[in-house]
Amino acid sequence: MTTTSRRPVYLNLLKIKLPIAGIMSIIHRATGIFMFLALPYLVHLLDLSLSGPEGFAEANAAVHGFFGGVFVFLIMWSLAHHLLAGIRYLLIDVDYGVEKEMARQTALGVVVAGPILGLLLTGGVL
Amino acid sequence: MSRKASGLKAWAIQRLTAIYIGLFAIYLVLALMFAAPADYAAWKAWIGSPLVSVAMLLFVVSVLMHAWIGVRDVLIDYLHPIAIRATVLGLVALSLVAMGLWAAQALILVRLV
Repeated sequence: MTTTSRRPVYLNLLKIKLPIAGIMSIIHRATGIFMFLALPYLVHLLDLSLSGPEGFAEANAAVHGFFGGVFVFLIMWSLAHHLLAGIRYLLIDVDYGVEKEMARQTALGVVVAGPILGLLLTGGVL
Repeated sequence: MSRKASGLKAWAIQRLTAIYIGLFAIYLVLALMFAAPADYAAWKAWIGSPLVSVAMLLFVVSVLMHAWIGVRDVLIDYLHPIAIRATVLGLVALSLVAMGLWAAQALILVRLV
């Protein structure tokens, strides 16, 4: 048992070579944290839009501005990645897509589809 | 994985809330894409209708629970000193409850005016 404790710990994320599923997993976490951090602004927008016609117009203008648009895109990308990766995890829970090649392909699919779907949804809602 | 260590209950809640959040988020985004409310009156009428209102409140509660389990798992992985971990977890819990109440207040108030 002592040998295991002497193993070098090397977890510098910039230097270790992560498999694609690992990259997908880190983005799953990062998008989750990002959406958590964005919650106050999202709730603020909801509250503002429901406060009256002026508030509705203000919230509408906020998401249609440049920074608002970038924010909506980041939320949509996060949502798309988090949802797709989540569906992938649920499928793995029921033993679908566990094999190495399939797991790799679905992970790559999630990473690539995230920003594309995010862009499409942003265009759709704005 | 910390999620497993912390119990089957958190694992199950995370999946149950994920399914509801996923389905409702798809509905929400599709509604905003293809049936966007044109003005305040339409927005208020839609979000204040009994079914959408309750579905939104359930969405808020689900997001709070899901975010709590998710953020907790990430923090436990990266914050090791127990005092810092406890403080940050406490702040996360308080801010989640605050945001839930804020959203619920907005959703309920709009039905009263």
